[in-house]
Parts: sequence; C-alpha cells; structure tokens
Amino acid sequence: MHMADALVAPAVAATMYVASGVTTGISVKTLKKDENTAKLPTMAVASALVFAGQMINYTIPGTGSSGHLCGGMLLSALLGPQAGFLSMVVILAIQSLFFADGGLLALGANCWNMAFYGCFVGYYLIWRPIMQGKLFSGLGTKAAGRIRIILAAVLGCVLTLQLGAFSVVLETSVSGITELPFAAFVGIMQPIHLAIGLVEGLITSAVLLFVYETRPELLMDVNTDQEKVRNKCSLKTTLVILAVVVAVVGGGLSLVASSNPDGLEWSMFGNGEAGYSENMGLDEENYGVSSSAADVAGSIQEKTAVLPDYAFSESDSAVGTSVSGLVGSAVVAGAAALICLAGGFFRRKKNTAKA
Amino acid sequence: MDKLSHAQSELREMDALAAENSPIHRIHPLCKLLVTILYIVVVVSFPKYDFTRLIVMVLYPVLLFQAAGIPVHVCFYKLRIVLPLVCAVGLVNPFLDHTPVMQLGSVVITGGVVSMVTLMLKGVFSLMASFLLIATTPMDSLCAALRKLHVPVILTTLLLLTYRYIGVMIEELSVMSQAYSLRAPGQKGIHISAWGSFLGQMLLRSMDRGEELYNSMMLRGFHGDFFYVNVPPLKISGIVYTAVCTGAFFCARYFDITQLLGSLFAG
Repeated sequence: MHMADALVAPAVAATMYVASGVTTGISVKTLKKDENTAKLPTMAVASALVFAGQMINYTIPGTGSSGHLCGGMLLSALLGPQAGFLSMVVILAIQSLFFADGGLLALGANCWNMAFYGCFVGYYLIWRPIMQGKLFSGLGTKAAGRIRIILAAVLGCVLTLQLGAFSVVLETSVSGITELPFAAFVGIMQPIHLAIGLVEGLITSAVLLFVYETRPELLMDVNTDQEKVRNKCSLKTTLVILAVVVAVVGGGLSLVASSNPDGLEWSMFGNGEAGYSENMGLDEENYGVSSSAADVAGSIQEKTAVLPDYAFSESDSAVGTSVSGLVGSAVVAGAAALICLAGGFFRRKKNTAKA
Repeated sequence: MDKLSHAQSELREMDALAAENSPIHRIHPLCKLLVTILYIVVVVSFPKYDFTRLIVMVLYPVLLFQAAGIPVHVCFYKLRIVLPLVCAVGLVNPFLDHTPVMQLGSVVITGGVVSMVTLMLKGVFSLMASFLLIATTPMDSLCAALRKLHVPVILTTLLLLTYRYIGVMIEELSVMSQAYSLRAPGQKGIHISAWGSFLGQMLLRSMDRGEELYNSMMLRGFHGDFFYVNVPPLKISGIVYTAVCTGAFFCARYFDITQLLGSLFAG
C-alpha cells in the first residue's frame, strides 16, 4: 500500500504532509507530558522489531500464499496510539529512504494511510472499546480477554486497511494520475485489502495473544480498572485531534478540487458549442473582467499553478512541435550519456593514479 | 529467510555508500535534503502529457551519480519495489485515454501512452533523487539536518535509534527464521501453530532490552538528544549548490529546454 512519489500531485502531497504533520505534532505534545525519554528506547526497539517482523512470511493454512504482520495495530496495542504513530512514521521514513518502499514526497500520504488509521482509528475506535467493554465476560476473564484480542485485532486490521486503501484511491484520483474511473479503482482496491486485512488481523492477533498469555501488563487497556480515569480525558483529546485533522484534510482536498473545473464551469465553457453559453451569448474570453492586469495575473497564475491544468493546451500545434521536442529529448539523452562517459573516464584516471 | 538477509545486505550497502568521500558527500546535509525535496516536487508537478519537458530532469541524477561515484545498478535494483505499483496505475491509461497527441509516420501516439511513460519516468526520477540523498548522506547527518529544520527531537532520536536497531533485529530474526526453516524443511513460511510465539518471544525480549537500553543510556548522561559530530560544516559550496540546483529546476519547469535544444539542432 506504499504510494510512490509519482502517484501524488504536489498539492495532494503537501495536504497529506500537513495532516500527518499535525498528527505528529499532537502526538509529540501528548507524549511529552509522559516520560517520553523513558519510552524512547522501547519505542525504537519495538519499531525496529516490527520493521523486521514485516519481512517474515506467515504461511496461510490451506493456501500456498503467505501473509504479513500489521504494524500499526500491534504498535498501538503495545505502546499506545501516540507512541505507536511516531514509531510507524519512523518505520515508513526508513522504508522510503533505504528500501524505496514509498516515496519521500508521498511520505505524508503514506503516514496518513497506514500510521494514522492503524494507530489512532484502530486504537480509539476498535481496540480500546472492545478491550474495555463487557463483551464475552460470561466466559471468564482469561477466555474473554483472548476472544476480545482476536476480535479487536481482526476488526482493527480490516477497518484500517479498508480506510487506507480508500485513501490511496482518493489521493491518486485527486492527483489526476490515472484514467481509471474512481469507482472502478475503488472496486479493485477494497476487496483485495479486505482479504489482506483479515489475514494480517489474524497474524497480529496471534502475536498479541502470545503477549497476553505471557506478559499481559505490556498490552494497553488490558487492566481496565487503572486506565479508566486517564482515558476519559484522552477521548476528548482524540475528538479534538480528529476534528482538526478532518478540517485540515477537508480544506486541503477542497483547495485541490477547486483548481479543477467544476460542473458549472464545464457546462458554461467546456461544452460551449452546444450548451448553455451559446444560448446565453457567453464565451470564455469575453466573460468576466478583461483588462491587462487580469491578463498578467492570469499568466502568473498559470506559471505558478502547482496543479497544472491537465488538458493538453496546445493540442493543435502538438503534432508540429513534437519533432523538435523529440530531437531535444534525444539531445538530452546524449548529454546524459556523455556525462556518464566523462564520469567513468575521470574515475578510471583517479584509480590508475592511485594505483 | 531470504528477504531478511537481502534487507541486511541492502542496509549495509547503503551505509558503505554513504560513508564514501566525494564532493557530493561533503555538501551539508541540509542543502542536499532541500534540493532533493525540491527536485521531487518539480518532477511530480510536470503535467501528465509533458514527456519531452520532463526528460531534461534526468540530467540532475545522472550528474550526481557521476560526481558522487555511486553505481547506478544499486539504485535500479530498488526499482523493483516502486515500478509495479506505478505501472499498475499507469498501464490502464493507454486503454482509457485515446486522445491523439503526436504522429510519427503512420503511428499515432495517444495521450494514454504519453501519460503512462511520463508517470513511469516520474517514478524513476523521484526514486533516483531520494536514493542519491541517502547514498551520499549518513543517517546521523540527515537527522542533524532534520533538527535544523526544527523537526521534534523525539522524532529524530527515534529515527536514529530505530535505524540502529533495525540492523540488530534483522540479524536476530534472520537467525531465528533460519533455525526455524532448518527444523521445518519444505515449509514456505511460519506455520500457524507458531504464528504468535515466533515474533512474540522476540517481542518480549526486545521490550525488556529497550528498558535496559534506556537505563544504560541514562547512566551515560543521555538527556533526550544526541550530539551530531560528523556532520560536514555548511560551506559556501553548499549554498552555491542549492542555488544552482534551484535555478536549474525552475528553468526546466518553466522553459521548454528540450524544445529549444531540438529547434537548435532540427532548425
């Protein structure tokens, strides 16, 4: 689910960076109130373990394939949502830098799709309510705890992966990268991630169950009596976090969306020959204010637009200019080859001089 | 398991590359970080049909590969992760977008093909840029640069510590999974009966180790942040590098250099 840089437009990437950045900031602030330096080495070791643990293949019985661990749920169940989120951010950063798994520009989006949903949504909406609830309490404390862990881990992984996959589709579509219709893209991504979520949830629950059996005190919210007072206030914090984040993402996405022509604009200008504007006697050039200042502003806006209009503006002249464009590309390729040759030449010279 | 030992050797390789000495390695990490981010933003911001203008951007990674003396094949090996997803998204474009944009003889090239190629190039270019950043900058220098950008200390320290421990964890898990696979011949992965205990054992040990680590760090005077000593100083060359790169990227973005070159040669 790691998105590459090529799949996001700069505006979308920036929006997601802001959203993930705000969540990171809030997490850092919340952790500072606790003893954060004491937690730091444990966070580092746990995230390194999750990083390595995600490379282990777990055989799925009855099939030839294998599944992997879901890091977000595991880390937030062990460290809490804030520390879990920071650990996931670090894991994703290292994955993108050293293993090219996800891009540097898309890091904000990846943190949102995997760390935010996995840690905050998975913890506050699934893990904590289920672990603190009275579900299956008739079965005895230990058995109820086991079933709750399995239920929470599976539900959490399915939900967070569905949200993550939906976000990937949304971010790619808003970026204008793919011609695939939104509905078709969603139709491909969601079912695949439903299956992945189920398997990941089972693997994660197996690990959590092991911890529950041996050292239950390591898991969050297992001893509900001590946690209740603290959690009451942190729910409020979460709601505030969620509200802020929704506002940021909503605002960001609407900014991006508004740089694309909307239905009204299209119906007025885009469909000009047959539609509304002819009947109304409107055309784009003469509609609205036309002055030299407006023209200058327009050209500046065109030059500085982060999300350029994706229409091929010179489609009439494209065929004429394409030849020199191609020749130019060949020249660039030649220059690149020359640089490589020169680099090789100088290195060889240096090496022989050294020898 | 193969994946783990692969990751181990990849990490080692990147560390070895970053420890080398070249003019690019000596540039201040903050300059390199900013230029890399700017490069990726500029590459990604090209419109989806602007294949010919985008191609100019190849010169930056090519120059850097040569100046830093970094083998290209290491980078292209990493493409195996990026390209499948980009291709999966890009490959549908030729089937859905039939706008003719170019004619070469009797062959009409549609917008879908151009946008697919552009998308793939964007993926390759941005990967090369971030690869070059990390191949010429050690992790602690990068964290020092992030601190200069006022990234919270807890995040940079966590990044550095996690990076240190990933090597240890991968090694331990690789030993464990090797031992497991020797006792379970012909089995592809971990059997369901060991799903929990395999990683769980390691997890418990690691959590304890984390506490011990904290105690030993406190005994040596750890106060929440590290001192970054091996960071190259910010020299005039770094500022010049940043300025030149920024200028070049903006020129490539706003002027059609390929077109100019082409008309120079083709008339």
